[in-house]
Amino acid sequence: MKKKLVSSLLAVSMLAAALTGCSGGNDASNNASNNAADAPASNTADAPADNTADVSADNTAAENTAPEGQVINIYSFNDELRNRITAVYPEIESTSEDGTSSTLKDGTEIRWIINPNQDGVYQDKLDEALTAQMTASDNDKVDIFAAELDYIVKYTDADIDAAMTLESLGINPDTDLADQYDFTKTVGSDQNGVQRGTTWQACPGVLVYRRDIAKEVFGTDDPAEIGKKTSDWETMKATAEELKAKGYYAFSSYADTFRTYSNNMAQEWVTAEDPTTVKVDQILMDWVTDSKEWLDAGYFDPTVKGQWNSDWFTAMSSSSKVFAFLFPAWGIDTQMVPNWDGEDGAWAVTNAPLSFNWGGTFVLAATGTDNPQHVKDIIMALTADKDNLTKISKEYSEFTNAQSVMDAAASDDAFGSAFLGGQNPYGYFSDSLASIKMAPLSAYDQGCVELIQNSFSDYFQGQVDFDKAKENFETAIKERYPEITEVQWPE
Amino acid sequence: MKQKRKKVNYSKWGYIFILPFFISFFIFSLIPLIDTIRYSFFEYYRSGLKEIGPNFVGMENYVSLLKSDMLKYAANTLILWVIGFIPQIVIALLLASWFVDVRLKIRGQQFFKVVIYLPNLIMASAFAMLFFALFSNKGPINSILLSIGLTKEPIDFMRSAFGTRTLVGVMNFLMWFGNSTIMLMAAIMGISPDIFEASEIDGCNSVQRFFRITLPMIRPILAYTLITAIIGGLQMFDVPQILTNGQGSPDRTSTTLIMFLNNHLKSKNYGMAGALSVYLFIVSGILCFIVYRITNDNDDDGSKAAARKRKKAERR
Repeated sequence: MKKKLVSSLLAVSMLAAALTGCSGGNDASNNASNNAADAPASNTADAPADNTADVSADNTAAENTAPEGQVINIYSFNDELRNRITAVYPEIESTSEDGTSSTLKDGTEIRWIINPNQDGVYQDKLDEALTAQMTASDNDKVDIFAAELDYIVKYTDADIDAAMTLESLGINPDTDLADQYDFTKTVGSDQNGVQRGTTWQACPGVLVYRRDIAKEVFGTDDPAEIGKKTSDWETMKATAEELKAKGYYAFSSYADTFRTYSNNMAQEWVTAEDPTTVKVDQILMDWVTDSKEWLDAGYFDPTVKGQWNSDWFTAMSSSSKVFAFLFPAWGIDTQMVPNWDGEDGAWAVTNAPLSFNWGGTFVLAATGTDNPQHVKDIIMALTADKDNLTKISKEYSEFTNAQSVMDAAASDDAFGSAFLGGQNPYGYFSDSLASIKMAPLSAYDQGCVELIQNSFSDYFQGQVDFDKAKENFETAIKERYPEITEVQWPE
Repeated sequence: MKQKRKKVNYSKWGYIFILPFFISFFIFSLIPLIDTIRYSFFEYYRSGLKEIGPNFVGMENYVSLLKSDMLKYAANTLILWVIGFIPQIVIALLLASWFVDVRLKIRGQQFFKVVIYLPNLIMASAFAMLFFALFSNKGPINSILLSIGLTKEPIDFMRSAFGTRTLVGVMNFLMWFGNSTIMLMAAIMGISPDIFEASEIDGCNSVQRFFRITLPMIRPILAYTLITAIIGGLQMFDVPQILTNGQGSPDRTSTTLIMFLNNHLKSKNYGMAGALSVYLFIVSGILCFIVYRITNDNDDDGSKAAARKRKKAERR
């Protein structure tokens, strides 16, 4: 009998060890599930008290009969959204040191769930959470999520209804968001024109150049003078030739110029009428021919292949021979500042050869959220509050989504950037924005943009011929999107 | 009563003790495996957040895979594997026979064993990232080459198919030769020292000893190493994936089968990915069967023919 007891005990402990082994080393998920288990218990005790406090404190909450949940889950692909929200949302009391959660003054907890964009990790995790949204417990429901311009269409689709319309949240885009740029509203809208996402930033691109190289090659580093030399692609080419003569490169790689072309496409990659065909726009073929010509002519740094790699980052440092980069405001703040190793004031901003918009983080409210009131407050504070947007522009040198603020910023020295040696870039941003022809978006943008750059990269470097590069793009795009059966190239 | 007690069957405790394994195998391996095979007959993928399927399509996934570049990727995989495996097995054999050679009396053997095994402890992806940084255009290898004047322009290692494939091969070699060395050392130490002594008395030199005694005697283990390496090679993924940023560049010449599978999984194309997995499953299944036959053979030689021959000899 004793033996039996001992052996069964052993068996149980072995089983337990095997099971804990599965989740061992994964403290985060353990904690999360512990928290989830704890929450309902505290719910019953706290919720009624909290609610009454809420109602008496906030009169607008009266219309909102359903009680707010205890946890706000915010999905994002980097810490940008967290930094912005914690900077401007006044209800936030404290944020934990590791940045995984914040506490609001009324006791509600914000959980920041951050997964990187690379390799589609963020979208995988978000999609998983959104598909489980209806059956998830209140504390695990997605409340707010971020989406980049390249894939926002996937989430604003009215048929899928993953994101709430702003109206159902209680935000009227025409009055509440009147100060925002119109194109950001178009981008955040579904196929029926109903707005579902909004953003605090607009991303008009400019040309950022090295002052020392400009002085050496052109004898001046004045943005207005340099701007004349970079006003369109023809002039830019002559400028590149001058730079080359002195041993400098105009841009780091063909990927740098891509957005100026792709943002001026006449039609989307995949149209609604013909959902199984990718149509490659003529302007992208222009990019291919121009890039090949420029690379062969030595206007690009041949050692830099594409973006987001260490060679590209090194091209932004003082040892590099690259004259300019094409960037929106976020690019200067998040890419150039950390990679530049010299003094401030070495770079200046002027107009790009072609106006373009690159990126933009949109915030959307997930359908089924249990905290609609908080979600509305956060979105309003982040994207519609003039003071907050001014603050973001001043602190993070971002081009914010508020026309009146940006118009004023162009002539206000307080908005000068320390990195640019005090130069105020907002005038150039606004000019760029004014002439942006926003390319129509489709749900396939991310894959198409990524794969066309990859496929033609081999062609630029002389590894394959033009037709083979086209063929490789077709193979890759059909692999990525199984529903695509045909690729149409321009004549 | 007493009689009965003696007949108590303890074998059930054996079953209970192995139960945890079978439960977890059933839940985490067998069910997904069967699901994979089932889905390979379906059209089943995601378009954005919309789920398409599952619609039964029969063998369509298998046929379209054969029409795609799958065989090219299989060839890539094989080439990448061969580039790594040949130096791996040669160096491993050499090191193993040196280390166990009593006459050489290599000092610090333990130390060397640990050192050659170390690369295997690094995660393949971390190793690939390291190589990517080392061999990038502005990386340390190029800086060294430039500063000692071997080249004037930085060498673009990952530009050509040859360069990329060589780098992948070198990485696989570095990661696995230690493992093979230790396995082969065990095999060589298993050979009875009498045979070596006898050969020495007969005036065998070290080359003869290696080819006439060591090599034939470790053939079963060698075959085992070979087959497991092929199966491991079939699954080659992280090194080329990280080194080429998932593109298999240039011109998809370093895209392996599993990278191809991964491309399908990006669109959650469970049908197509399932069919590809089934192909891989069949190939590795055949290989496993060969290993099984070899390791279950009692003959030292490892070959069926030799076993039969010996049996015949015994009968006589």
